[in-house]
Amino acid sequence: MSSALLVNIFRFIILLAVQVVIFNNMNFLGYISSFPYILYIILYPVNSNKTGLIISSFLLGLSMDMFCNSGGTHATACVILAYYRPYIFKFSFGLSYEYQTIKLNESLTPERFSFILVSVLLHHIVLFVLEAFQFKFIWDILLRTLFSTILTIITSIIIIYLIKPNKR
Amino acid sequence: MQQIFNFIIRNSNRLLFLLLLGISLGLTIQSHSYHRSRVINSANFLSGGVYERINRVNEYLNLRAENDELVLENARLKSLLFNKEDTSKMPLPDTIKGVKPADIIVSKVIHNSYNSHENFITLNSGRNEGVKQDMGVINSLGIVGVVDNTSANYSTVVSILNMKSQINAKIKKSNHFGSLTWNGKNTGFVQLEDVPRLASIRKGDTIVTGGQSVIFPEGINIGTVDKIFIKTGTSYYVINVKLFNDMTNLGHVYIIKSKGREELINLENKSKEKDE
Repeated sequence: MSSALLVNIFRFIILLAVQVVIFNNMNFLGYISSFPYILYIILYPVNSNKTGLIISSFLLGLSMDMFCNSGGTHATACVILAYYRPYIFKFSFGLSYEYQTIKLNESLTPERFSFILVSVLLHHIVLFVLEAFQFKFIWDILLRTLFSTILTIITSIIIIYLIKPNKR
Repeated sequence: MQQIFNFIIRNSNRLLFLLLLGISLGLTIQSHSYHRSRVINSANFLSGGVYERINRVNEYLNLRAENDELVLENARLKSLLFNKEDTSKMPLPDTIKGVKPADIIVSKVIHNSYNSHENFITLNSGRNEGVKQDMGVINSLGIVGVVDNTSANYSTVVSILNMKSQINAKIKKSNHFGSLTWNGKNTGFVQLEDVPRLASIRKGDTIVTGGQSVIFPEGINIGTVDKIFIKTGTSYYVINVKLFNDMTNLGHVYIIKSKGREELINLENKSKEKDE
């Protein structure tokens, strides 16, 4: 249990650092960016403490807001994603997900891909809607969400494959 | 009582979620309101320190551009030195007792964002260097933004690429005023609004800061007129201004301490109180 906790703390710090140092500086066409730091929420152990997940996600989002000067948008998006994660599990893996041991960082099956897709999409929609905060930017929000989701999924899958040997 | 406790224990996760959602939504809404600066910002020792370290590495990549800019500014200053204006023409006495209207603090951009609707810049000087809220920030090419939050050693700046930013500006040759805003689309262009249709404007005219603002001194370069529209249903122009500055590549900046500022604000407040 404590080793799982250590892995989580390690992931929290490393993903936040990588996001701030590398991915916050990557902008394609000026408005497409990727946020692979939410891998922390996606990869959080399935049957672990949910209260811990919600609190740590809030702290993760708040740290991102501090670095990006974005008010509270990242914190809101992260808390919503953390709370609705079990529902996304049910949607992607079927009702009995808690009895299986799901390991996301294994080979990419359609279920795992759909889980990552829905999670990233939920996070990005909340993030960009709150960031723009006005209805006249609806097309802008949709465009940003679409392209940033694609980019985040690509970088997330690359990161999952890169860190896989360490997890064994 | 027992039931209340039971309810709280049974729904602890949901209540926690609602509490944290409320806090973060509150922070978001607070940050979108115009006149208040944000609670969570990057002017603190943790994020400021991290950005300063990152910037130390990044600086090397921009040395060439930075050098070019310095050479250009040197050339401009030299030309001013060699082509002195006619000394018989008296300069306008805009100060009394030899007090300079503005002081300058040199600072460095350690973090710059330009990919959202509300962009902020982080600088590596703060209260210890005398930076205060609402000071203007410029560089050798033109204006950059207005100081928002300060900590002991760092400060955040509302970039002109921020939809909340509003700066008084004018057309250099004709003194017609307008307010400078950004529509959130292109990082190379800002919009000058509320210019009356009486003004004669051509493509290529220079836009500079106006004297009505207490933040910037008059006559600092902003950009050139690119396209001119008429706002539908009004008698005002909306002008697309092409910035002199490349806002995606900022190095050293100057923070302007406007000396008459507090006096002016106090005076204006007094007149307003009398009115009421």
